[in-house]
Amino acid sequence: MYSEKVLDHFSNPRNVGELEGANAVGQVGNSKCGDIMKIYMKIENDIIVDCSFKTFGCGAAVATSSMATEMVKGKTIEEALTLTNKAVAEALDGLPPEKLHCSVLAEEAIKSAIADYMRSQGKDPGTLGLCDGNCENCCAHNK
Amino acid sequence: MIYADNSATTRVKPEVLDKMMPYLTEQYGNPSSLYAFAYDAKRAVEDAREKVAAVIGAKAREIFFTSCGSESDNWVLKGVASKYKDKGNHIITSCIEHPAIMETCKYLEKQGCRVTYLPVDEYGVITPESVSNAICEDTILISIMAANNEIGTIQPIREIGAIAKERGVLFHTDAVQAYGHIPLDVKEMNIDFLSLSGHKIGTPKGIGALYIRTGLRIDNLIHGGGQERHRRAGTENVPYIVGLGEAARLANENMAENISRLEKMRDTLIERVLRIPYTKLTGHPTNRLPGLCSIVIEGIEGEALLLNMFNEGICASSGSACSSGSLDPSHVLLAIGLPHHIAHGSLRLSLGEDNEPGDEIKIAEAVEKVAARLRAMSPVWEGNKPIWD
Repeated sequence: MYSEKVLDHFSNPRNVGELEGANAVGQVGNSKCGDIMKIYMKIENDIIVDCSFKTFGCGAAVATSSMATEMVKGKTIEEALTLTNKAVAEALDGLPPEKLHCSVLAEEAIKSAIADYMRSQGKDPGTLGLCDGNCENCCAHNK
Repeated sequence: MIYADNSATTRVKPEVLDKMMPYLTEQYGNPSSLYAFAYDAKRAVEDAREKVAAVIGAKAREIFFTSCGSESDNWVLKGVASKYKDKGNHIITSCIEHPAIMETCKYLEKQGCRVTYLPVDEYGVITPESVSNAICEDTILISIMAANNEIGTIQPIREIGAIAKERGVLFHTDAVQAYGHIPLDVKEMNIDFLSLSGHKIGTPKGIGALYIRTGLRIDNLIHGGGQERHRRAGTENVPYIVGLGEAARLANENMAENISRLEKMRDTLIERVLRIPYTKLTGHPTNRLPGLCSIVIEGIEGEALLLNMFNEGICASSGSACSSGSLDPSHVLLAIGLPHHIAHGSLRLSLGEDNEPGDEIKIAEAVEKVAARLRAMSPVWEGNKPIWD
């Protein structure tokens, strides 16, 4: 049911673990639903110079985390904010329909880390990255 | 590869396939035909019926072949509900039944039945007292599984059967996981109906049976021709019925030996995996299916666990939400009182006759390796424990 790419990113996740020197951290999801993603970023001059993740969740959750970190590394925060769940899913050659919420979580986790950075810079991130961790809503929003 | 998912299905036994082959090739006669060419098919079906019956101490004429365990479950629940609707509409079952029972009960509720879903204790046991207390004037059926498919707990079927007999209520048991694996005797245990499935004991998928005690009438589920003494229409699946007969014979013959061998392997496996910190056995510690080890591993998610296990060459299963396609972990794990975040980390390892000595050690080592790997990348695992501890 998973593409080769999903299985590859699950079996050999990129950028996994805590990031030394991270200056931004974002976390979304909750353990009740069985998915938590934590994203670490090292941002210099608004550029994401490094990025890593820790994920509690299914194969798709790990794979989307891995892919999302790959996709935002080296990007400006402005560019990273344009990352969509669809783009993450497409980069993985698609996800089964019931797993699309994992890609939504990945998008939200990236935004949550950037919001954390903005706050540290004295900027108001507004509603950015305010995933409420309610997976029911998340899936509904995705549909 | 090590196959440790025998509760999901089993490999077709070579002896079973051998017995089936003639009926998949030259012996293609319809058992209902009158010419001599079809006699052998007819005889083969009746011979299989005797073997299937012998496993549970039933008479051959009490066995009716179906397409699968789910059909048997559907038939008995719907057949009793409609046959006895003038007597009552109350059914007693448990909250840890297989979906074939659960969903059929929900359907019957829409049709006007009242269903009591009995709770279980932390080991997944339904107490005979709770069954007794739930019986009302209008109770027409008690349906309690013989052994649970996810956590392996064996239910006090004998005690429940005695209560059902004493109170004059019909008693069905879904024995799909138990049939041929543990001793069952429909007479001694006062079982009126029993569902069984072939592919859990080495037949291909697509054959089952329902035992109906002599003298009991229930409405038909499949209407049509006069097969199975006018109670289950449809031309007999002769090769599969023959296969079920042979699988039943083998299971019966080797049961004691299989139980003692599998229990030893299972207990070693359990002992080894429980050495992993923050890991807990689910189901009853001793009164459980011989080959079934079911655990929860805190801080990791079940589907990720399975994919990693398969990377290590081991087939297993899980009751996590992601493996069930919903946001909730399995109803069984929630029913035994596990919180969601822990139930998500469930793993079921079910050993069978094909497992070789030493497999249990290899499996335990793989679980240990995979748990460490996933915990290292888990945001809910910090230091050497889960963040909720």
